[in-house]
Formats: sequence, structure tokens, C-alpha cells
Amino acid sequence: MTKTTAALAVFLLLAVASLFAGVSDLTPGAVLAGDPAAINLLLTSRAPRTIAVVLAGGSVAIAGLIMQMLARNRFAEPSTSGTVDAASLGMLCATLLLPDMPVIVKMMVAAAFALAGAGLFMGVLARIPLSSPLVTPLVGLMLGNVIGAATSFIAYRYDLLQSLAAWSNGDFSTILRGRYELLWVAFALAALAWFTADRLTVAGLGRDFSVNLGLNYRRVLLFGLSIVAMVTAMVVTTVGMIPFLGLVAPNLASMALGDNMRRAIPLTALLGAGLALACDLLGRLVNYPFEIPIGTMMGVIGSMLFLYLLLGKRFRAG
Amino acid sequence: MPADLSASPGSGRGGGLVLLVLLVIALFACTAFMTVGVTGGWAFVLQLRAVKLAALLLVGCAIALATVLFQTVSGNRILTPSIMGFDALYILIQTAAVFAIGTSGLNLIDKRLLFVGQAALMTAFAALLYRWLFTGAMRSLHLLLLAGVVLGMLFRSLANILQRMIDPNEFVVLQDRFFASFNTVDTTLLGVAAVITAVAAIAIWRMRATLDVLGLGRDAAIALGVPYKRTTMTALLLVAVLTSTSTALVGPVAFFGLLVANLAYALIPSHRHALTLPAAALIAVICLVGGQTVLERVFAFNTALAIIVEFLGGIVFLFMLVRGAVR
Repeated sequence: MTKTTAALAVFLLLAVASLFAGVSDLTPGAVLAGDPAAINLLLTSRAPRTIAVVLAGGSVAIAGLIMQMLARNRFAEPSTSGTVDAASLGMLCATLLLPDMPVIVKMMVAAAFALAGAGLFMGVLARIPLSSPLVTPLVGLMLGNVIGAATSFIAYRYDLLQSLAAWSNGDFSTILRGRYELLWVAFALAALAWFTADRLTVAGLGRDFSVNLGLNYRRVLLFGLSIVAMVTAMVVTTVGMIPFLGLVAPNLASMALGDNMRRAIPLTALLGAGLALACDLLGRLVNYPFEIPIGTMMGVIGSMLFLYLLLGKRFRAG
Repeated sequence: MPADLSASPGSGRGGGLVLLVLLVIALFACTAFMTVGVTGGWAFVLQLRAVKLAALLLVGCAIALATVLFQTVSGNRILTPSIMGFDALYILIQTAAVFAIGTSGLNLIDKRLLFVGQAALMTAFAALLYRWLFTGAMRSLHLLLLAGVVLGMLFRSLANILQRMIDPNEFVVLQDRFFASFNTVDTTLLGVAAVITAVAAIAIWRMRATLDVLGLGRDAAIALGVPYKRTTMTALLLVAVLTSTSTALVGPVAFFGLLVANLAYALIPSHRHALTLPAAALIAVICLVGGQTVLERVFAFNTALAIIVEFLGGIVFLFMLVRGAVR
């Protein structure tokens, strides 16, 4: 448990730092002294932002873990399986076709697209000879590229390219009270994985094996993919894409704890939230007083960690 | 890859015929590009289009040659310079230069000089970076592919961060001047680009026999007396130069090389570079010029060519991956 405790300590430190970092001056002293302006700032902007980062980071990390279990591959996650791109295609279609609908309806459309994207990915995987575990993320990334190109084309036709670029890149700078609450649902869904961890693990062992153990393979697979799709859609609609987070956090957790999913879930969520906090904080500080969105920051840090996982000594799949 | 080095007269003549047909189609595409939908002053329109056509021709040749060369050196048909992140690297170097020197500084330097400097820097970087990819323990093609894709993403994100750290007002000014795309072809660089592409093309043409041997694989090439390391490094250098040229003119086009090179392999019944190189270049010209003509004049989609190439290329890549063309 010491590793989890250490991770928890770092996480809490980052969360406190995230509360007090920003353009307008906010100090712990002012909050403790009961300064109404300081408390107002904390409650409407800083606290919602920090909570949103933690919820999004944690749920994306768990969604990544589920995807890795179901695809039986360490490098599968929503952003390397076409799921995120499908969700943003769904979001674009919802914006075009149902412009007056509430966010929740658009989110459901995005979730349906995300589920279709994840299903397509699993379908392609089932049909190809997996000569190497590295084929899985390659297929996923390219599938994402193709879906992304289709999305760009539609956006181009309707003059939405710029707004597409603006909302698809993950960014927490517009989070205020009242604009992030959907993420609680995402986190609750991800937490549901905790209770079904055993079944997801068994489903990860393959169709024949799980049917042999008396598991309804199709239902568990659909359930897992639905959680991944819903979480992805909620995060994409509220903050945008956060690449590689769902890949890196579960891998770091499994380095520390091994592959027992139920044991790994808390640490995975903690690492995901911590990594998201660190990237968001860094993005706020590097170019102070301007911000670099977390999607871009995570693109750099996440791809470096991904390369480390790929080329590092621990990599056994070569 | 079993190479057909015998160059039997039959296969050679078949290839020649294909080349001839491709040449005719390419000329037809160029004529159509120059003449379809001209209204008003011919002299003005022709001059405007000639500049654009020249850029498209250069880009097509540069991408096709770079891709075929790269695939021969790396011994497969799915890796291309842009999939390995070469053009993302170019954008990163360019952004870093703008970031470090600033608008005022860059305005003092001749743009062509700047381009040559950037290309040189890029070549050096690419050589360093890819030497360990090709000579180290990276024998697995899948690992190479995935590492390349992720490296490209890293370069793009880094460039993105730098672009955001440049003063936004300055960046808007710079964006048009320093970041080209299909509809804002950078015409000031045409002269330099033409010279560079021509020199590189001649160098590659003179290497064609060696490249045929290189296509047999590393061990066979060494056994047949090819100075493997030197040839590989020369080829990678040429690839870096050509990729810089095309990226400087029209920006990154991720899957175009993959499409063009594989079409050439499919159409030419031979592995001889004397046939595949010109075939790939002609197909690239047909796709670029013909595609641009159809999109611009018939459908009035001006910037969509890059997106369509990305879409089709991605599907071809997936198809090759799924069919197990990569081993």
C-alpha cells in the first residue's frame, strides 16, 4: 500500500497547488480569513476546475484500463482505438443536426458514435492476424486518423474547422461552476468498473475461455465498451480530447502493482488524476499568464511516456 | 522482398508502356489544370496557374522520390517519411526558429537562405534521430512504425506548444507567411525548391542500380559489395532534403507518399528503380494536379485535397496492416 499512499500524497499536493495557481491572486491565508472575494473565486472557478481535472483524469484512466483489458493489449485506450475520434465526430454531427438540443442529448449522440467506433475497432482486431501486439495500437491510431479526416471534411464543408479545432483539444480553462457536472457521472460510471472488475478481467482472457467459465462474453464486452464510450463522450463534450492519458496511467499502475484489475483500479485512477493535474498545472505556469491547453501538454508528456514504455527495458512484446 | 533483377525484356517493355501511359495522363491533367474554367484574361490566369502547377509538380516529384527511396532503404512498403514524423519535424524546426528569432529578426533574413538553413538543420536532426532507429536494436518493423507515429505526435504537440507561446498577434501574421498549405502555396521558394529537387533527383537517378541491389535486403546488398552504411545514410539525407522541400511548399501531407508509391509498385511489373521511381513521380503528379483540378474547378472545394488524401491514405494503410503486408 505504500506506493498508493505516496501517490495519494503527491496527488493531494498537486490538487492544492491547482487550487491556488492562476492569474487572479488567491492565497490560502485569504480563504482561511474568510475573505468573501477569495471564497467566491475559489468556489466558482478554482475548485470546479480542480475537481473537473481530477474527475476527467481519473475516469479517462479507468476507461483506458478497461479498454486494455478487453482488447488484451497494453497499448489500447480510447485515443488509440478510434473511440475518441468517433466521439468527436458524433459531437460534430449533433452540433450540425440538433443544434437546439441540450448538451445531454448531444452527449448521448457522441456516446453512440464512440460505442460504434470502439465496436468497429474490436471488430477489425478480431479479423486480423495479430502478428505482434504493436499492431493493435497502430490499427487504432490509423482508424482514429481516418475518422478524424472524415470529421475534418464535414467540418470543412460547414465552415466549422476552427471551432472543431478549438473544442476538440482538451482544455480546462473554460470550466466554471455549472459547466462540468457531467464529469461526476463519468466518474461514477468508471467507478462501476470496480464492481465488475472480475468479469472484465475474465472477458479479457478471450471469448472461448470466458464462455468456458460460464460468462456471457458478449454482454460483458458490450457493458465494458459502453462504459468506455460513455466516459469518453462525456469527457470529450465537456473538456475535449486528452491524448494518451488512458494509456500511460494504467501502465504505470501495473508496473507498480501487477495486473490484478481490482487492485489496480484505485492507483490507476489516482495516477490518471495526478497526471492530469500535473499537465494542467504545467500548462498554466509555462506561459503565464496565458495557458497551454491540457490536450497539447498531454500530447507532449504522454507521447514521451508512451515512447518510454515502447522502447524501455520493461517492454517484453518486441 | 523477392526482387526481379533479371530485367527480362518483356517486363521492361511492359513497364515502359505503363510509363508512357502515365506520362500521357499526367500531361492531360496538367493541360486540364491550366485551361479548365478560364474566364477573363488568359494571360493573367495562365501565369497564375503556371506558378501553382510548378509547385504541384515539384511537390509530387519530391514526395514520390522520397517515399520510394525511404521504402527501399527501410526494406518495406508501409513506412513512409511522413509516417515516421519527418514533416512534423520540419514544422517543429520552423516553429522553433520563429520562436527563437521572432518576426523582426526573421524579416531581416532572406527567406530562401532561411529555407536552406532549415533544411540543413532538419537533415542533421533526421540523420541523428533515424540512425539509431535503423541501425540499433530496432529490428521489429512494428516497433519502428509505432515509434515513428508517436514521435510524429510528439513533434506536432511540441510545435503546437511553441506556436501558443509565440505572441498571438505575431503568430497570426506568421501563420500565413511561414506555414504553407495546398491553397497558399509558398511561391517565393519555387526557384530554390526546383534546384534542390532537381539535384536530389539526379543524385537518386545515378544511384538507381545501387538501390536495386539495396532492395534485396541488407545482407545480400553487403555480400554484393554495396557500401551499405554509406549508401543508407546518403539515401536518408536525400529523403530529408526532399521532405523539407515538399513540406516548405505545401505543408505536411501525411499519406500521400504511401498511396503513390504503392500504386507505382502495383502498376509496374518490375522492382527496378529505373521504372518505379519515374512511375511514382508521374502518379504523384497525376493525383495532385488532377485531384486539385477536379476539386477546385468541378466541386469548388479548395482546401479539401489534403483531407481527402489523409482519408484514403489512412484506409490504404489500415488495409495493408490488416492484410498482413507488414511482417
